[in-house]
Amino acid sequence: MLMIPQVSQGLLGGNDLIGWILQIAFLGFFVIFMFYGQRFQLSIMLREVEKHLRRLKFIRDEGRKLTMETIKEIGKSQEDPTERVDQFLEYIAITPQSMDPSGIVWKLEHLLDVRDVRFKDEVKLMAPEADEVQLNNLENTLEAAMALNIIYKVIRHFYILGKKTLSLYIIMQLQMVLPLIMREAEAFASALKAFATGQPIGDGAGALVAAKLMHGHKTRKIAKDIVVATVPLEGRIAHVLKSEGPGGNVGKPGDGIRKIIKETKGKIATIVMVDAALKLEGEKPGEVAEGLGAAIGGPGVEQFKIEESVLKHKIPVNAVIIKEDIGDAVSPMRKEIFDAADTAIQRIKRLILERTKKGDAVIIAGIGNTIGIGQ
Amino acid sequence: MTEKTKSSTKTVSSFFLIIILVTLVLSVSALFYAVDAYSRNQTLNAGYFMLIGLIGLSLSAYMLLQTKRKPSRAAFEMPQVITTILCQKCGFKNVRDFQRGDYIFKETESCPKCNEKMMIASIYREVKEKEK
Repeated sequence: MLMIPQVSQGLLGGNDLIGWILQIAFLGFFVIFMFYGQRFQLSIMLREVEKHLRRLKFIRDEGRKLTMETIKEIGKSQEDPTERVDQFLEYIAITPQSMDPSGIVWKLEHLLDVRDVRFKDEVKLMAPEADEVQLNNLENTLEAAMALNIIYKVIRHFYILGKKTLSLYIIMQLQMVLPLIMREAEAFASALKAFATGQPIGDGAGALVAAKLMHGHKTRKIAKDIVVATVPLEGRIAHVLKSEGPGGNVGKPGDGIRKIIKETKGKIATIVMVDAALKLEGEKPGEVAEGLGAAIGGPGVEQFKIEESVLKHKIPVNAVIIKEDIGDAVSPMRKEIFDAADTAIQRIKRLILERTKKGDAVIIAGIGNTIGIGQ
Repeated sequence: MTEKTKSSTKTVSSFFLIIILVTLVLSVSALFYAVDAYSRNQTLNAGYFMLIGLIGLSLSAYMLLQTKRKPSRAAFEMPQVITTILCQKCGFKNVRDFQRGDYIFKETESCPKCNEKMMIASIYREVKEKEK
């Protein structure tokens, strides 16, 4: 204790040594930050990206593990599907050339058809004991695992590129979009779980509406993975169609609508399309809204076909949408969305009453993935 | 960050821990000197030591917090999904957890009240507002 005053005097003696040290340190900091400030910023951003990348890797690996477990459990394959699954996760599809856009829709449709057949064949080889419904669910599970793999690899690519080039702009862009990408990855992780167990997902809201309308009526297959039922509704004849459940399917509603129009020789008073749509932040999930146009997502092939068919016969197309966010769309269906199906049915009935006459024929198309929803 | 990156189980290096420990010891001694200087009416010295001690303490606390990384979720959390089975005839309702193979409009077991076939009327998950 006797040393303390000497120490403090040595440090702070009459020359105010601490003051000098602080001034030099301040100047040092100033100079260092002037020259290396960007480097510091870069390393902070890189650490942030690295943290998210670690999480993405975890999600990707868990997704792969869950997919593998589900395939082994359902498929009961004699051989280990690991290698085949890993190869599947790296599968690519090259989009058609669009320099001459004429006819690109049909090229894209052909590519999607071939992809679908190829995926189904692959899944059959991985899980020979799986039935049709399970095959569809497994295909969806694998697609979600594939999406997670791609997200991880793309983010890793830009991370490594940014680190190699020390480019602030690459890292900055990556850091800025990462919160949105993480949301998407978490959504795909939820989807993967739902697909693996066959639970209905938020995207199936449209299919649920159609299923509720056609339940108890005779259905027939009208297009690839699409069923239709003729249902009397408010004094009108409603051709209600949806993708064939309960396996994970979206089908080809465009072909279904086109065939119904052809069968009825274009005598359709109106078409009502019901689908789940992305809500804006601040809107409540399960809100129902009405509008015009073909309510259908995907690569655009089905929307194109519907628009072509209705244009030929000048049939008005109405849209009823059930709002939800990206996370809800691919995770197990929320109660609010399930309940919104009844509200949507009321809106469809009102729309038909107001826009058509008694005895008219209408088409009601429930769009979306019908996983976990029968008919 | 490559494939070899260790996930949540990454351990803190002993060198880093020693640095934290040294900073902590020095900061505590600085605070001790501050108290001593104050008792000798050397308020300026006491102020300097107090400043150094507090900065050191907060730095070591920050470094300690940084080492305590949040563990990743051990596995995919499965949300609770409810299946409601309804008897169309008597309205008997059975609510249970979702089981693989369940789907909406699937005919299930017979109703314990009227022996009529029951049907899955709904499958959904309930989300508490805090989760969102």
